[in-house]
Amino acid sequence: MSDLRNVSSSPHIRDKMTSTSIMQWVTIALIPAAGYGVFHFGPNALMLLLVTVASCVATEYIYEKLMNKPITIGDYSAVVTGMILGMNLPVSATWWMAVLGGVFAILVVKQLFGGLGQNFMNPALAARCFLLISFAGRMTNFSYDTFTGATPLAELKAGNPVDVMSMIIGNEAGTIGETSVIAVLIGAAILLWKGIIDLKIPGTYLLTFSVFMLIAGGFDMTYLVAHLAGGGIMFGAWFMATDYVTSPITPKGQIVYGVILGVLTGIFRCFGASAEGVSYAIIFSNLLVPLIEKYTVPMAFGKVKEKGGKK
Amino acid sequence: MKPNTPVERLYNGIIKENPTFVLMLGMCPTLAVTTSAMNGLGMGLTTMVILAMSNLIISMLRKIIPDGVRVPAFIVIVATFVTLVEFLLKAYIPSLNASLGIYIPLIVVNCIILGRAEAYASKNGMIASLFDGIGMGLGFTVGLTSIGIVRELIGAGEIFGAQILPASYEPVSIFVMAPGAFFVLATLTAIQNKVKINMAKKGKDVSKIQSGCNSDCASCAAKCGSAKE
Repeated sequence: MSDLRNVSSSPHIRDKMTSTSIMQWVTIALIPAAGYGVFHFGPNALMLLLVTVASCVATEYIYEKLMNKPITIGDYSAVVTGMILGMNLPVSATWWMAVLGGVFAILVVKQLFGGLGQNFMNPALAARCFLLISFAGRMTNFSYDTFTGATPLAELKAGNPVDVMSMIIGNEAGTIGETSVIAVLIGAAILLWKGIIDLKIPGTYLLTFSVFMLIAGGFDMTYLVAHLAGGGIMFGAWFMATDYVTSPITPKGQIVYGVILGVLTGIFRCFGASAEGVSYAIIFSNLLVPLIEKYTVPMAFGKVKEKGGKK
Repeated sequence: MKPNTPVERLYNGIIKENPTFVLMLGMCPTLAVTTSAMNGLGMGLTTMVILAMSNLIISMLRKIIPDGVRVPAFIVIVATFVTLVEFLLKAYIPSLNASLGIYIPLIVVNCIILGRAEAYASKNGMIASLFDGIGMGLGFTVGLTSIGIVRELIGAGEIFGAQILPASYEPVSIFVMAPGAFFVLATLTAIQNKVKINMAKKGKDVSKIQSGCNSDCASCAAKCGSAKE
C-alpha cells in the first residue's frame, strides 16, 4: 500500500529516451556522412574530426572542473558539437583552427551561457562562422588531393554547368560532412526512425527553399535539384536546424522557423556575396527562436477561444 | 581617502568608477574605435581633454545655469570644446582624425561627459570637477587602450603598430571587427570584476560607489546615503 501513497508532481510517465541516448543516436546518425567525408577527403579529414571532438570534450571538462560544476561530458553533447563542427570545416583546415573552433563553440557559445540547453545559438555553427570570419581564405579553400576547383555552388553562382548526379553521391568539393546527399539522408533516416527529429523543421525548410529557388531560378528543375544537393543545405536541414536547444519547441513555431530558414537561405544564396548561406541562415534564425515561441504558444488543453479573437 | 580631493577623484575615475569597465558608459566609441591600441589611446585622450574642460566650465557656471535648461546648456559647452579639439586634431594629428572619423564629433553626445556634468560637475567645486574630468578621462583612456591592445595583439599580431607575435602567427581577424570588441570588452570586465571581488574578500573596500553616483538613493542598491540633495 505504501507505493500508492507515493504522490509526486508531473510528469508521471517518462520515456526511456534521455539526453544522453538522444545524443548517442545523433552521433551514430552522423557517422555515415562523416565516414563518407573521411573516405572522400582522406586522412586529414579524420584528423580534423578527431581534433574537433577532442577539443570540444576537453574544453567542457576543463571548464566544468575549474568552475566546480558537475562534469557533463558523459552526455555526448560535446561529442555531437565537435563532430558537427568538424564536418563543417574544409579538409584543408589546419589542426589549430579545429582546436580554436572547438574551444570557441564550447566555452563561449555553450558554457558561458549555462551549458547544455541554455545556449542561444548552435555552438558548432557559431564556431564555424567565427572561423569563417577570422580565416576567410582558409575556410573557403576547398581544394583537396589534386583538385583545386570551386565548389558546385560557386560554379552554379558563376553560371557554369554542374554534374547533379555526382553532387548527390558526394564526389565534389565542399566541407567534410556536407558533400554526400546520400550519406546525410541515411543519417536523417536513422533520426526519423528513432523519433529524435520529425519532419516539421526540415520539411518546411526544404519545401520553402525549393519554392524560393523555383521562382528565383525561373522554374528550372535542374537548377533546383543542384541547389538542394549542393552545399550544406541537406546537412543543415537535418542535423543543425533540428538542434533541440536552438529550435522552437511549439509545433506552429517549428513551421514558422522552417519557413524563415528556407527564405533566408534562398536570399543568401541568390543575392549574397558568397555562394553558401546555410550557416548564417541557421544561426540568424536561432536568434529569432524566443520571439517565435512567444507568439506560437499553443492553447492549453480545455481552454476555449474567447469571442472577439482574444485568447 | 577624503572625498572630493584631486587624488581621490583620480582614483575614483581610474579604478573605482572606471567608466568603461564599471559604469559601462560611452560604449559606442568603446566598441567602435578600439581596433588598435593607438586608436583607443587617441580616443581616450581626446575625450579626457574635452571632459576635463567641460567639467571645469560647467562647474564654474553651475550657479548661473537655470535648472530647467541645464542639459541644452551643458551640450553647448561640450560642443564648443569638441569643435575646438576637432580643429586641433585636423591641424596637428590628421592621421588620428582620419582613423577616428565621425567618432570625434560624436563625443558631444558621449554619455560619460553628460553623465559627469549632470552627476558631478553641476554639484561640486571647480578643482574637484576638473580632477573628476581628468580621472574619468584617464579611466576611459585606460579602458579603451587596454581593449585596443588586446584586439590589436590577437587580430593583427601587433601593439601600437609594432610587430609583437612572430610572423608565423596567423591573425584572428574577427578581433579587429565588431564581434571582437564585444568579446574583449566582456572578458576584460569579467577579469576586473574577479580582481575586485578577490580584493573585497581580503577586506579592501573597492566596490562600494560613494560619490558621483546618480544621486538617487531610493533606487540604488548600495544604500550609502551619499546623495547631497
